[in-house]
Amino acid sequence: MSASNNGGSGGFFQRLQQKMEMNIAALTLMIALVVSVGGIVMIVPLFYIKNTVEDNVMKPDGTPKNPELASIKPYTPLQLAGRDVFLREGCYLCHSQMIRPFRDERERYGHYSLAAESKYDHPFQWGSKRTGPDLARVGGKYSDEWHYAHMHNPRSVVPESVMPNYPWLEKAVVDADRVAASVGAMRMLGVPYTDADAQGAAAAVRGKTELQALVAFLQGLGTAVVFEEGKDYRD
Amino acid sequence: MEAKPEVSYNFEVVKWFGVMAVVYLVVGTLIGVYIASELAWPALNLDIPYITFGRLRPLHTNAVIFAFGGCSLMATAFYIVQRTSHTPLWSNKMAWFTFWTWNLVIVGAVITLPLGMTQGKEYAELEWPLDILIAVSWLSYFINFVFTIAKRTVSHIYVANWFFLAMMAMITYLHVVNSLAIPVSWTKSYSLFSGVQDAMIQWWYGHNAVGFFLTAGFLGIMYYFVPKQAALPIFSYRLSVLHFWTLIFGYVWLGAHHLQYTALPDWAGSLSAAISIGMIIPSWGGAVNGILTLSGAWHKLRTDYVLRFMIMSLAFYAMSTFEGPVMSIRTVNALSHYTDWTIGHVHSGALGWVAMVAIGALYHLIPRVCNTRLYSTDLVNLHFWLATTGTVIYISAMWVAGITQGMMWRAYDDQGALAYTFVESVAAMHPYYMMRAFGGLLFFSGAAVMLYNVVMTVRTTGSEPAGAGKVEA
Repeated sequence: MSASNNGGSGGFFQRLQQKMEMNIAALTLMIALVVSVGGIVMIVPLFYIKNTVEDNVMKPDGTPKNPELASIKPYTPLQLAGRDVFLREGCYLCHSQMIRPFRDERERYGHYSLAAESKYDHPFQWGSKRTGPDLARVGGKYSDEWHYAHMHNPRSVVPESVMPNYPWLEKAVVDADRVAASVGAMRMLGVPYTDADAQGAAAAVRGKTELQALVAFLQGLGTAVVFEEGKDYRD
Repeated sequence: MEAKPEVSYNFEVVKWFGVMAVVYLVVGTLIGVYIASELAWPALNLDIPYITFGRLRPLHTNAVIFAFGGCSLMATAFYIVQRTSHTPLWSNKMAWFTFWTWNLVIVGAVITLPLGMTQGKEYAELEWPLDILIAVSWLSYFINFVFTIAKRTVSHIYVANWFFLAMMAMITYLHVVNSLAIPVSWTKSYSLFSGVQDAMIQWWYGHNAVGFFLTAGFLGIMYYFVPKQAALPIFSYRLSVLHFWTLIFGYVWLGAHHLQYTALPDWAGSLSAAISIGMIIPSWGGAVNGILTLSGAWHKLRTDYVLRFMIMSLAFYAMSTFEGPVMSIRTVNALSHYTDWTIGHVHSGALGWVAMVAIGALYHLIPRVCNTRLYSTDLVNLHFWLATTGTVIYISAMWVAGITQGMMWRAYDDQGALAYTFVESVAAMHPYYMMRAFGGLLFFSGAAVMLYNVVMTVRTTGSEPAGAGKVEA
């Protein structure tokens, strides 16, 4: 249990270890240093390597390699309100929004997801579990009426579903001032809303139910980009 | 070991952290059983917003990780640091400050999470005012721990304390960076980061909450309590040095293995997976060091139920830290990701390793800080079997469930079409979700037995002469 049997001699690392075991400041500093390395190497480059997000990738002539990604726009205020409902209800705990480049996922959910598609997502909602299906491209797959029935009672349209009923969403009204504040916060975070977007946000959602907002959000998911067939977006 | 001069330790705060850890173990596993049952029988959501799966699941994870795990770490760290430094806490007042603020955070979580106040990031759901309170509470814990070591009366800093220090430093980084957000009200904020960067930061946080909070910290517990309970020295000092530095350096890189095949650039996922595979070496180094401490004294396991918890925890630790690297291999991950296999893996670590080693440590320290004896060792044995059986049922069910899901999602029929609709895979989960709930119920029952045993023990505080528990450190 004691370090003393190791002596004070030996190689450089042994002596260093001995010193740190007897000096709390040195030990704490060394630990703080050692545990910082991995995070710095893994995270910092993602902010600086330009082609991390695919719409930043340029061809040699300086034009964008993926111009079709310019159609990715921030959420409308109503969709943003719906996204807040999605977060509040913890939907991300059972539904991913990240399609992987596999044949079965392509056939089941559509084109694999790109980083550019979630660049305005504060926070990201890629998820880690599919108790229910992926939602990255659920937009337009079902009618609004289907979603209303499904949120009211999932088993009325999918008998095997284990999703909870959400009957309170059709009764709750969106807090319009809160949505305006959210658009303001998103602007501070760099999401390119215009002045007109910000001023019109409250009016755009006033009187809408949370269910309408949520369905507007779901119906927009994954619909922004028309992908070019066979193009490799991740090279 | 020779007799040491009597030191008057601050054990009252250790005792209450220990008792609260057991209370939160019961609460956290009860919520777990309930949400597991909701997945098996969705009618249990009862159309009440506050108890739906999506709102209770964050409460379950926060309760077991930060309430049970946190109180266990605080009880044991404050106990170990005094014993191994031969000095009372640097500040007893500050330790109580940590106790009350930490418990206030937990009360805050119990109120806000069912109300749907969340930052929407897994294991980091609590909103910004509670995040600030966590940071203040955590720093008070960190500072008190460091300054207690600084005034130690022995020359060397014992290995258990290194692990606690690494946890305290890393959790400070993780919590501060991952919680950075712009508030729009007292109950709502948005992450400073978005998309791919937010994903990387979240899983750097998420995996190191496992690697430091639930591994390094609990290894600190192992390095003190296993030798103590066995009354034998740790197997190898050199191995512990090697184990320590490689583990704390390596763990930090692993987050991106949660994001393979996603829109995170390949270099990050692959680098992370490669290091993940290498992590089996330090992890098993630690498990071997703990288990071989008993070499030549295996007979103790026949009679010492507390020691059984500790050794069983190391067996689960070795198993989970083998499984983890396997799951980070790209081809395996392609199958296992998004399935219940992940949930099984987490619980073999959380129930089998984290909870069991903490339970062993709490059974060891609570009678000692109360100057009494355990109320019933038979109940400890009952708890051991409930916990072990419950864990095995839980993780077996989730293995089968996860592999079934993964296989069904990628299965093709002979016409070349997908063989199953998604919802067929949901229906196939029903028997396993019932089994999982049953396994969880057994584990919860064990926790309830423990709470009874601990309450009965604490009620006899002082029945043994003071110092009877004060074995030399």
